[in-house]
Amino acid sequence: MLEIRNLHAAINGNEILKGINLTVKKGEIHAIMGPNGSGKSTLAKVLAGHPQYEVTAGEVIYEGKNLLELAPDERAREGVFMAFQYPIEIPGVSNAQFLRLAYNEKRKHLGEEELDPLEFKDLLKERAKVVEMDASFMTRSVNEGFSGGEKKRNEILQMAVLEPKLAVLDETDSGLDIDALRVVAGGVNQLLTPDNAIIVVTHYQRLLNYIVPDYVHVLAGGRIAREGGKELALELESKGYDWITNPNVAGSANLNAAS
Amino acid sequence: MVTEIAKTENNYQAAFRAVRASSPTVPWLELVRGSAMERFEQLGFPAVHNEEWKYTNLAPLAKQEFVPATRPAGVVIDAERFVFPETATAHLVVVNGFFSEELSVKTGLENVIAIDLLSAVADARYNKVARSYLARNAGYHNNGLSALNTAFLQSGVFLWIPRNVKVETPIQVTFLADAGRADSAAFPRLLVVAEENSSATLIENFVSTHDQQYFTNAVAEIVIKDGARLEHYRMQRESSKAFHTSITSAELGRNSSYDTTSINLGGRLSRHDISVVLDHEGAECWVDGLYLAGSDQHTDTHSVIDHQQPHCNSHQLYKGILDGNARAVFNGKIFVREGAQKTDAMQTNKNLLLSPQARVDTKPQLEIYADDVKCAHGAAVGQLDQEELFYLQARGINPELGRSLLTYGFAEEVIEKIKIDSIRAQLDEVVLRQLNTQLE
Repeated sequence: MLEIRNLHAAINGNEILKGINLTVKKGEIHAIMGPNGSGKSTLAKVLAGHPQYEVTAGEVIYEGKNLLELAPDERAREGVFMAFQYPIEIPGVSNAQFLRLAYNEKRKHLGEEELDPLEFKDLLKERAKVVEMDASFMTRSVNEGFSGGEKKRNEILQMAVLEPKLAVLDETDSGLDIDALRVVAGGVNQLLTPDNAIIVVTHYQRLLNYIVPDYVHVLAGGRIAREGGKELALELESKGYDWITNPNVAGSANLNAAS
Repeated sequence: MVTEIAKTENNYQAAFRAVRASSPTVPWLELVRGSAMERFEQLGFPAVHNEEWKYTNLAPLAKQEFVPATRPAGVVIDAERFVFPETATAHLVVVNGFFSEELSVKTGLENVIAIDLLSAVADARYNKVARSYLARNAGYHNNGLSALNTAFLQSGVFLWIPRNVKVETPIQVTFLADAGRADSAAFPRLLVVAEENSSATLIENFVSTHDQQYFTNAVAEIVIKDGARLEHYRMQRESSKAFHTSITSAELGRNSSYDTTSINLGGRLSRHDISVVLDHEGAECWVDGLYLAGSDQHTDTHSVIDHQQPHCNSHQLYKGILDGNARAVFNGKIFVREGAQKTDAMQTNKNLLLSPQARVDTKPQLEIYADDVKCAHGAAVGQLDQEELFYLQARGINPELGRSLLTYGFAEEVIEKIKIDSIRAQLDEVVLRQLNTQLE
């Protein structure tokens, strides 16, 4: 589904990604971990097409297409979804309006008929159950006045509505308390099918207790420093990122791990 | 330019003599009209050297020889299409400044007096009220536009809401520009008196039946007595070639409330002066607005909120969206007079520039002469937020649609507080049409 080859990317002339290679197949869950500044979020944003990031080398093939040639909205309509670390507030536009517009843009792209507000309301009601979201959130402006947890739930609601083939969750666990984490992760698990794939970008292992990855990739200094199965995340939890970024002091500190 | 202005004044003066002959009125109003005309001759149209007119140049208006409209005789106009469904039984129509009994529907206004202003002045039942408040708040001594309107006072609407009357049906006054010829000038006049503990909703709707050049010079005076409440919407949808100047003056009684929203969409050049005087304790006002201007449009709002007594609150939010080479002006003054303690005044003006050629001059001003008050003001001018646009794009919404959606959202903060569904729906449509987009 996704093949990243030797990906280099920079922001304001500073190279952040320095040669990423990653292959994701249908039905797989991949975790991207790493210390702050390792390039995790940059990778997510580059995949979504954020205009501030410049790809300086390498390629990304998604479903046989050159992903990097597609505009961000084209990528989304083709089934790439990024759950934002910091979801944006859109004052004056209701959640329902926004979701219906996004949903219908995708339907149009696929040559399917658009849903009118009433039809969409039914669909939205159904999908909102995935993240246990109250109907009152649908008439409120997108993310405006939402708590951190509500914003993250809203991201997963969007995922539930848009049914992406490839979802990239950028630090979806940050700022969540344990109950919200369980709801959000539960939502993501419900959306997983044999035909889609998920890349979970996270600093901490705790999210991976709920969304169990098939593969774990650890980024350091813009490269993948280590790869393994889900047990790698547990190892990181006990040993800390120093174990990878600075092997000489292995075991000396696990300050980066979640408490 | 001075000679041009003088020539135009002569033009108005000739028309004024005709008005005196054709529309005689009671002696006191004859005197008012006469002195207003004298005042206009002295003042002329405001010029850019006047600080309040620094950014709005009326020279093109002053130069043009507009012909004051006369009372339309037997014209057939489809005024129905300008009626908001909510006001179907309470709808007053004013054509070129002249109140039309035939086109108006008053079945929903049993407890309200809604008649021609000149009739009210001549009627012993209403004469006292009319005389007390007409030309009081919208004074003509220092304002050429108000003087011109007052000199040509031959009709208009008198709306009197008696004590304790709660009017459920919103009352619409449609000011229709229906020129049989181009270059006509109309002087719509409205006097609203809401007596003690009454409540009503008023919609002023400025529209036209054609796309010619004309001049609307409107004045509305609004008196809200103790404990009364008025919700007031003002829609300005003049033709794209029109000049529109308009004055709204409101005075608020003790514990009264005035909630007004002005929507400025039309006109080649439009100027709205709104002043709210809080001269009794416990009064509260909301003075909000939205202006939308595209290429070759100039829109100017000057607002004065005058806290003269303690314990009054004022809230103001004005938003503007400018495209093409549009120009806008917002000037908002808040006065807190000596002794007006415990005043709570909040003012915000936000502008969205959709084009590099668009320009806005915004100037919020606070003048405070009391020490125990809570006042804040702010102004912002900006473009669409790139992160917001990316967020929409990341959900599959193309950039063009995304820009429209964000612009719509920007306007919505003002639109969504409008309590009349059909106005809100019309505005959503107007905003989106301006943006060449459909949401539904």
